[in-house]
Amino acid sequence: MNQLRILWTFFRLGAMNEMAYRANFFTQIFQAVISLTLALGGLAVVFSQTDSLAGWRPAELTALVGIYLLVGGFINLMIQPSMQRFMEDIRLGTLDFLILKPADVQFLVSVRQIEIWKIIDVLLGAGVLVVALAQLGEQIGLWQAATFGLALLTGGTIVYSFWMILATSAFWFVKTENILVIFQAMYNAGRWPVTIYPGWLQMILTFLVPITFAVTVPAEALTGRLTGQTLLLSIALAVALFFVARRFWQFGMRFYAGASA
Amino acid sequence: MIKPILDVYAAQLKTSLAVQFQYRVSMMIWMIGRIIQPLIFLVVWTTVSRARGGDVNGYSEGDFAAYFILQMIVSQATFSWIMWEYDYIIRTGQFSFKLLRPIHPIHADIADNLAYKTLTLVILIPAALLLAWLFPPNFQWQWWNVGAGLLAIALAFVVRFTLEWTLALAAFWTTRINAINQTYDVTFIFLSGFFAPLAVMPQSVQILANLLPFRWLLAFPIELLLGRLTVQETLIGFAMQGFWLLATLTLLSFVWRAGVKQYSAVGS
Repeated sequence: MNQLRILWTFFRLGAMNEMAYRANFFTQIFQAVISLTLALGGLAVVFSQTDSLAGWRPAELTALVGIYLLVGGFINLMIQPSMQRFMEDIRLGTLDFLILKPADVQFLVSVRQIEIWKIIDVLLGAGVLVVALAQLGEQIGLWQAATFGLALLTGGTIVYSFWMILATSAFWFVKTENILVIFQAMYNAGRWPVTIYPGWLQMILTFLVPITFAVTVPAEALTGRLTGQTLLLSIALAVALFFVARRFWQFGMRFYAGASA
Repeated sequence: MIKPILDVYAAQLKTSLAVQFQYRVSMMIWMIGRIIQPLIFLVVWTTVSRARGGDVNGYSEGDFAAYFILQMIVSQATFSWIMWEYDYIIRTGQFSFKLLRPIHPIHADIADNLAYKTLTLVILIPAALLLAWLFPPNFQWQWWNVGAGLLAIALAFVVRFTLEWTLALAAFWTTRINAINQTYDVTFIFLSGFFAPLAVMPQSVQILANLLPFRWLLAFPIELLLGRLTVQETLIGFAMQGFWLLATLTLLSFVWRAGVKQYSAVGS
């Protein structure tokens, strides 16, 4: 498909741009290790004091941390840099160059900037996940694996749509890069299962800044806690938000006055 | 000798307040992050406390609530962000402007820091009150705690700022300062009582925490304000703060002199 070829091109571009700065590879490894230390260190201290946190056992929380790092890595790999560049482009008027290209502009805007070294974060998250799965082994059946994959997909779609809607607001409020910081600030809450937070915070983390669907719901799927209700909600929200993001994007494009318009 | 310095600070504070007020939206957004962190830890540890039947190494649910509300306040009062900026400032040669002034560059940074904290009080105080309402805290104050606590916070700020400003000067020698900063951050989070009260951490961590300065910059003022320290422990705490103040000031003067000598910038 055309989209996949374009995506692959951007990956190659991102890699080629970064290959000149090999020190960044080691910097990223270092940062990933720091992130890992923070997350796993926290778990270690908590589990030196108790056997379970709101019903979650150590191996299950390790899986959660793995998903947290994996999804976070993916966001930092593609979504965050692309959205940031997109908002820059609106401000500078260079979005024109993209609009002239013979592909869907929303797609181009979403995958254009790829921070290739963040792949290390994704791999590290996957690694942690695998280690946790090894410990959980017997309990992961086909159903869990399938719903896990589905939950990751819907969670990813929800997060992407959320970022896209926020970034599209740049068509009207041009200098709003700070809005993206809100997500990063609140993403920290995803390191723990959202069910431990008080009701009002759970609402915020589910419907205002969709971290629950990105991290906790896939973890619930993997550990067999996922209710049919939550899964259906996740799917429904993914479809709805994707549709809303698309409509909002088309609405915003009409308001875009380029550099030479 | 004091009067000219105070005049400089007054002028610098006015400027910083005016400049930062322009970025108030960004400030509010950053504050979300700074409030969320202690809130997350508060919830985690009260959950653990409930699982353990209400007592984790001498901390009940109310104790944890009180601890993390104070952690939010003391943390906000003593932190600085300067080490994240100096890489850029020194690398691009902007540091030269700071060196041209007739006073040490650290004063401008201190004023900047204090201006930020004054402005963010508007968010911090309601947040603290809201948290106290949502998670009923358990304080055990004695009459001398508040005064001593404020003094401890002030000292903690000075030591922590000196330490972190010295850390920022590493940018004189390397551009990979972010790696140093992040290592510092993680160490601080676990060894200062930021993530959890030190009484709750494993023995090995507690021993390490007593050897490093971080404990006296965060955990000590918090425990003091919680009413958990005896007079003797408080005095030891102040002595340790004094010791680390001397140590960091000495380190700063060495690093500063060495750094400025080595500093060469575009156009200097």
